[in-house]
Amino acid sequence: MLALITACSDDGGSSSSNGGGESNTPGVTATEILVGTHMPLTGPAAAGYSKIAPATKAYFDYVNASGGVNGRKITYKIMDDTYNPATTQQVVRELVLQDKVFAILNGLGTPTHTGVLDFLKTNRVPDMFVASGSRSWDQPDKYPGTFGFNPDYTVEGKILATYVKETHAGKKVCFMGQDDDFGRDSLAGIEKILGPVAAKQSYVTSNPNVGPQMGALKQAGCQVVMLATVPGFTALSLGTAAKIGFKPAFIVSNVGADPTTLTRSLGASAGPLIEGLVAANYLPLSTDDANPWIQLYKKVNQQHNGNAEFDNNIVYGMSVGYLFVQALQAAGKDLTREGLIEAVEKGGFQGPGRAPLRYSADDHSGYGGEQLTRITKGKAEYFGTPYETDSEGGPVQAYNAAPVAPPANGIPAAS
Amino acid sequence: MTAVRERETTAAAIRREHRLRKHLALTLLAAAAIVALTYVLPPFRNYQLATVGAYLCVTAGLTVLVGLNGQLSLGHGALMATGAYTLALMQDADPNLPLSIAVAVLVTTAVGAVVGLAAARLRGPYLAGLTLAVAVVVPSITSTFDTTFNSDQGLSVAVDPPPLALGYDFPYERWQAWIAWTGALLTMLLLANLTRGRFGRNLKAVRDDEAAARLAGINVGRTQVIAFVVSAACAGLGGALFAVLAQSVSPGAFPLTLSLFLVMAIVIGGLGRLSGAVWGAVLLVALPASTHSVTDSIDVSPAVAQRLEGNLPLAIFGVVLIVVMLAAPGGIASLKERFRHEKSKARARRARRAGPDNRLQ
Amino acid sequence: MDRFVFLTFDGLSRGAVYAAFALALVLIWRAARIVNFAQGAMAVATAYAGYSVASATGSYWLGFAVALAGGLLLGAAVERVVMRFVDHSSPLNGVVVALGLVLVIQAVLGMIYGNEFRPAETPFSRDAYDVGGIALLSDFDLFVFGAVFAVVGLLVLLFTRTAVGLRMRASAFAPDVSRLLGVRVSGMLTLGWALAAGVGSLAGMLVIPTELGLHPNAMDIVFVSSFTAAVVGGLDSAVGAVAGGLIVGLLLSYVSGYLGATVAPMAVLVLLLVVLLGRPGGLFAHGKERAA
Repeated sequence: MLALITACSDDGGSSSSNGGGESNTPGVTATEILVGTHMPLTGPAAAGYSKIAPATKAYFDYVNASGGVNGRKITYKIMDDTYNPATTQQVVRELVLQDKVFAILNGLGTPTHTGVLDFLKTNRVPDMFVASGSRSWDQPDKYPGTFGFNPDYTVEGKILATYVKETHAGKKVCFMGQDDDFGRDSLAGIEKILGPVAAKQSYVTSNPNVGPQMGALKQAGCQVVMLATVPGFTALSLGTAAKIGFKPAFIVSNVGADPTTLTRSLGASAGPLIEGLVAANYLPLSTDDANPWIQLYKKVNQQHNGNAEFDNNIVYGMSVGYLFVQALQAAGKDLTREGLIEAVEKGGFQGPGRAPLRYSADDHSGYGGEQLTRITKGKAEYFGTPYETDSEGGPVQAYNAAPVAPPANGIPAAS
Repeated sequence: MTAVRERETTAAAIRREHRLRKHLALTLLAAAAIVALTYVLPPFRNYQLATVGAYLCVTAGLTVLVGLNGQLSLGHGALMATGAYTLALMQDADPNLPLSIAVAVLVTTAVGAVVGLAAARLRGPYLAGLTLAVAVVVPSITSTFDTTFNSDQGLSVAVDPPPLALGYDFPYERWQAWIAWTGALLTMLLLANLTRGRFGRNLKAVRDDEAAARLAGINVGRTQVIAFVVSAACAGLGGALFAVLAQSVSPGAFPLTLSLFLVMAIVIGGLGRLSGAVWGAVLLVALPASTHSVTDSIDVSPAVAQRLEGNLPLAIFGVVLIVVMLAAPGGIASLKERFRHEKSKARARRARRAGPDNRLQ
Repeated sequence: MDRFVFLTFDGLSRGAVYAAFALALVLIWRAARIVNFAQGAMAVATAYAGYSVASATGSYWLGFAVALAGGLLLGAAVERVVMRFVDHSSPLNGVVVALGLVLVIQAVLGMIYGNEFRPAETPFSRDAYDVGGIALLSDFDLFVFGAVFAVVGLLVLLFTRTAVGLRMRASAFAPDVSRLLGVRVSGMLTLGWALAAGVGSLAGMLVIPTELGLHPNAMDIVFVSSFTAAVVGGLDSAVGAVAGGLIVGLLLSYVSGYLGATVAPMAVLVLLLVVLLGRPGGLFAHGKERAA
């Protein structure tokens, strides 16, 4: 048995990557940058989300095809954590201790990523652009190497609530959210604008039956229901409500509102169920063919992503990839972990987003606003103007900066 | 008559002491070997070694319960969860690791006593059904009382870094391995002593023929409950160690499949033997890891790779389970015996062929 | 009151599925003294086959038929190829092999079809009829009741009225005597597994459209609830399986509806404790236990 273990240790030693590189920075050699992520490729939260990391990888392949960043090609190692925090612990340890990645990029999930913050901090691994809107990623004092990307759920809650206040004044507003920081933060934002909601329900991804929750909301006579749900559960909520004859106006968080994913989950009955669904977003919409970013992403999708079905998850994945390449460029040729963190804190990145991108020494939050969308005939479309706000009591204000076009070759220039 | 009995008791006491000394010596030897190993292995392997240690606490207790006492429990994952969550809550209140582990074991023992009392009357699949329900219910408690247990998101476990006395740069994973294997070796020592003596004989007697055991004066109900409680305490320790290693607890870490995997591990390792428990613990860590590296080394397109990732290791795991079960129902630990048995049979055959002069023809 | 009525019918509808699945478990237990832990995974596999055929041909019913036929074949295959060779000296060996099968089946399904949740269509509408303001049963619920009722009825007829049924019961109860009398005991065992798997496939096709979607782990929770139902009813009793299924379905519905979805598993545990502490062999336990 000891022989078995020693055999494992030998194989462990040889599989650790890039040990003999030019620098002491883990994951970086003269020719390669190794980055890792944890994503729900399978399991109840995989609907839609499983396409994000391959899209980011496709963008990296596109950049690699033109020589990479400062002569280094980006290798993106994607690990499946099935949205289970315990598995996230395992795979992140494997990425950091065995594969010795340079940084963790776009780790997905509020419950899953919260558990690895301390580990990444202790091991001084840059924790870039977490795929979640929790406020936990915006704690520069406690977690100096962790940076968010998605707008905080509280920010989104305030913006959606402002819409409800203006459009559905006087109606009974209720809430259904995930039983974790995602749901709690969203509700906090909503209640900052609307005050306490009339009724609230929660769900856990391990229990795919939302009948009791929808039944209770119907009982309470809700006329507007705000959802803080992942796509699978948005679909479940819409479908279950229809089944029991409950027809409120549904307003959904940006993370659970991709029409393509919802249509796939709901099947034939999708059309009428998602028609008129109001949500919000901050990146170009996948159906907006006139947008130069979408044209770029579609090209990358065709060349490097096997022409996968193009939806908002792919737009998200590639936007994350674009931002990461911008950060690498800003960090310079002498690439270190500290250098990367400093480069991101300098901020000033211009990209596809329609909301301000906030990075500074005291702000690690990422996008700071959203614009409302409505699904019309199966396609999501923006309406109104983008709004920005903070996670506290600040006002919800219009954000009017002009959108930026991508560089001609689609790769951020060295700064 | 009394003199005979006195001599018998003294003989038994001497045997007990010899046994204890032998086990202590083995334990110390194993401890030295583990410590040496932790200096040789790289950090991730140390982490895996620590995980094996934590699993060993659970598998050892479970193999005693299932193998020696014949009570099939499909709910030991839930008992691990009890220990883990207790440790998380204790560490949150006051980061004193030995105290937290002790409380975790005590709480799990209490829960084990409750379940054991209910289970003592049940046999076979009915016991399996009850423990299955326990395995499903306990994680769901975290959603019901979500203010304390924080539902699916779980709790972080605050653990102090290694003491400075060991050196400033002492690798954290080595410290984790030491903590986990202290628990594992203590468990093995305790169970080895317990099962070689009268208690072990009682367990086996109840398993083999309940009516005969009762006639021989063994309190069947009490034996069943004590066996369950002992295995629950071990599971609580294992769960607490898991919480320390992962630095977080969540219901997703203790799904029904964990309880099922534990049963599979001890059966494949070799039911009823502590060495089988060791094999089982190693398998639980090594098999998924090695199947992962096999699938990683296969070069395929991203879409296919996504399908294989996560699935191929499980498929291989399942096939290995079925094959081992069909080929060696006594488990890996029984292979050595079978091998020895085959060898002695072969020797006997050769001796017969060699004839009376014992020379081969 | 209307909530109670709604929950009752919802519970009965689910309970019918648990009843069917529990019946499948009891059939195999009576025939082979094994709890078939792989029943759920087998049902999912056949459901995938059924839905693939349905989307390829556009006919749900063809897919439905394929799923059931697939169940029969899969059950027979599992018995012949795997279970036959299990060493029955320890009851645990069968359990472990079945669990290994679960892993293999779920992983293979994931590799072939991917792990996303696929929408599973129903042949009938799932909108509930409004009776006096209460949303009652839907067409689909009626179909579920009808299908389970029909299958249970057919099985009862098979076992009590036909020669094959008699031979199957004899093989399970007294295999050696049956062999002496010329019954092909091993063949009856295979037939038992096939029938059980077919019933399991039916249960799968009935319950999967009501959940999050078709995916390799879709039947895990159903297995646990149905196993509980079988234990509550008494593993040796087919009537017990059906009764247990309905009871568990109703209980889960009421508890979810009135106390919240997270408390539901606890209610099942309490049910188990109450039943087993009073009658350790289940509600409908036979007075004399059969020798294993």
